[in-house]
Amino acid sequence: MKTILEGSVAVAEAVRLCRPDMVCAYPITPQTHIVEELSRMVADGRLDAGYVLAESEFGAASIVLGGSAVGGRTYTATSSQGLLLMVEVIFNIAGLRLPVVMTCANRAVSAPINIWNDQQDAVSIRDSGWIQLFVEDNQEAVDTHIQAFKIAEELMIPVMVCMDGYVLTHTWEPVDIPGQEEVDRFLPPYRPADRLDPDDPFTMGSMVGPDAYMETRYNVHMDMMEARQVIKRVCEEYREAFGRGGTGVIDSYGMEGAEVVLVSMGSLLGTMRVAVDELREEEGLKVGLIKVRCFRPFPKDAIHDAVKETQTVGVIEKDISLGLEGTLCSELRAAFCGEDSPEISSFIMGLGGRDITVEEIKQVARDLAANPACRVEFRGLREELLKGDEG
Amino acid sequence: MMEREEGRIINLMEPGHTGCAGCGQAIGARLVIKAAGPRTIIANATGCLEVYTTTYPRTSWEVPWIHSLFENAAAVASGMEVTLKAMGRYEGVNIIAQAGDGGTADIGMGCISGMFERGHDILYVCYDNEGYMNTGYQRSSLTPPGARTTTSPPGRKTWGNVTRKKNMPLIAVAHGVPYVATATPAEPRDLMRKVQKALEIEGPKYLHLLVPCVPGWGIESHLSQEMARLATETFLFPLFEIENGVITKVKKVKDRRPVEDYLRPQKRFAHLFKPGGEPILEELRLMAEENSRLEPGPATLTGA
Ligand SMILES: Cc1ncc(C[n+]2csc(CCOP(=O)(O)OP(=O)(O)O)c2C)c(N)n1
Repeated sequence: MKTILEGSVAVAEAVRLCRPDMVCAYPITPQTHIVEELSRMVADGRLDAGYVLAESEFGAASIVLGGSAVGGRTYTATSSQGLLLMVEVIFNIAGLRLPVVMTCANRAVSAPINIWNDQQDAVSIRDSGWIQLFVEDNQEAVDTHIQAFKIAEELMIPVMVCMDGYVLTHTWEPVDIPGQEEVDRFLPPYRPADRLDPDDPFTMGSMVGPDAYMETRYNVHMDMMEARQVIKRVCEEYREAFGRGGTGVIDSYGMEGAEVVLVSMGSLLGTMRVAVDELREEEGLKVGLIKVRCFRPFPKDAIHDAVKETQTVGVIEKDISLGLEGTLCSELRAAFCGEDSPEISSFIMGLGGRDITVEEIKQVARDLAANPACRVEFRGLREELLKGDEG
Repeated sequence: MMEREEGRIINLMEPGHTGCAGCGQAIGARLVIKAAGPRTIIANATGCLEVYTTTYPRTSWEVPWIHSLFENAAAVASGMEVTLKAMGRYEGVNIIAQAGDGGTADIGMGCISGMFERGHDILYVCYDNEGYMNTGYQRSSLTPPGARTTTSPPGRKTWGNVTRKKNMPLIAVAHGVPYVATATPAEPRDLMRKVQKALEIEGPKYLHLLVPCVPGWGIESHLSQEMARLATETFLFPLFEIENGVITKVKKVKDRRPVEDYLRPQKRFAHLFKPGGEPILEELRLMAEENSRLEPGPATLTGA
């Protein structure tokens, strides 16, 4: 059914349709509306699930871990400092192969404290063993959450759906919320091969020494690599069932004969699509876009193939690996390691909620067209704030 | 593997693990699970017990058992309880969260407080060996005054640990936990009775076990049970039960022993018997004296 909903409410509706056994979270802006809505649903009897009020995000992550270990479908959501407080458990959930689904409403990290959107939080834990899917709009957020449970449970790998805080969570958009029966048909009940059960006891999370630890990591890695195919397949199945819904691991736009390719993740893609249209129509500049939907596992081959004909690539991202460059940019460079690589430049923009305009994106493309040389640049800085105290 | 048919289960925590000979925690943990029975799921924190019972590919546990992290056993158990209830699989299942004194009273405090507050139907067992033993006997907030640990060493200016034990039982009582008790492996029947009683009560339960640590305390393996007994007989570790905020039972000590009888055999207290150690010995005597005055009635801040 098509309705106009706030992004957070739309996500809560999607989670409800997935019939979680237990939901647990701790409030943090801009994630809060999601779990507020879920708790309302539980209070009203619209959602028949255990709802736990955790004492912290660390507790919340641990609680969904426990719920998943006894064989329940569990969900949590967080942002920024909350995600960072969860980190120890985040690695643990992945290592224990528990298919928890979490929404990360992306937000900048402290210090300085800032509640607005960038993607530093999720990007900072890219090596934790979670699948990370970034969504562009609220419809994709709805569709991706439903896919996330299926992907997680098939692979026994947790999935984090990353949606830009405020830009998506607090924005009202028309979204098509599927019916319960359709979702039930798509998403089977969670039936784990192993669960903590007195009728069939087993030990989970034991101490593993140098003789076997590495093999467990290898196994997770191989399944993570395999996950790219599963993500694509689940996307296709979803498309068949619902007539829409995500683009697998990457998406492309305006790539015909593109001389400059811009790459990014999340809601910025919407703005970038406008910039591309205008550049092509008004300036005859052939610009294309690659949207990285799946950040982990990294769709190295897909991106490689998509941009290999191009000489000039600019990565625009709302995060930075301090002391190097944008993280997504590094990943892209790695995709061409040992081969002829296009010029790949890193543009750090929009940190802490700074607006990114269509014009700024167009300027990045124009600058790259004029000079494709490799560089790392911040765009949209306020020079007057960089001068120090004296001024 | 062990036979699991009714009546044939001997140990739900099996021998063959790599715990130290005489480990009080191993004895305590085996009694706890023996009393709780096979329909129990355990969430165990990181620490000695976790490491020596589950070194891959072996396990000592004949019940479903999970280890996640050092500080989250109470939260993992909370998640298990709520989810099993939501799935309709909770009937007839006991859930136990267990951790050492560090995993409980220090780093685990936030999660355990949340579990108590939310009122989950979980038995929490703290195995108190009065230090972080798994990492080599460092001080915890349950290390007694004067004890030598690797991070509270006596030196020219100090006499070992300077703080008193954090009062975990009363912290549990203050959360409204309906059943709180202390026990030691030296009184196995009492310990098992308390586990069984706790599991019959709906809501959170807190059981605090004093478990001697052979290398940490610097004692002979065969003295482990003796030390646990002396801890009670000197009143340094009184045995009691608190139900709904009221002390309902305190173990009577027929033959009260001076604290020195407990302290002297342990290397961690040896320095207290040198000239200058008297003020700390006096403080420990005072603690024992306070504990000896415990009696049935409302649980107050001193004494318990
Ligand atoms: C977050 C974190 N910090 C520190 C450690 C290291 N560590 C593992 S066990 C342990 C001490 C355990 O002490 P306690 O809880 O008293 O249990 P014991 O080993 O004495 O039974 C420590 C410090 C850890 N695993 N995780």
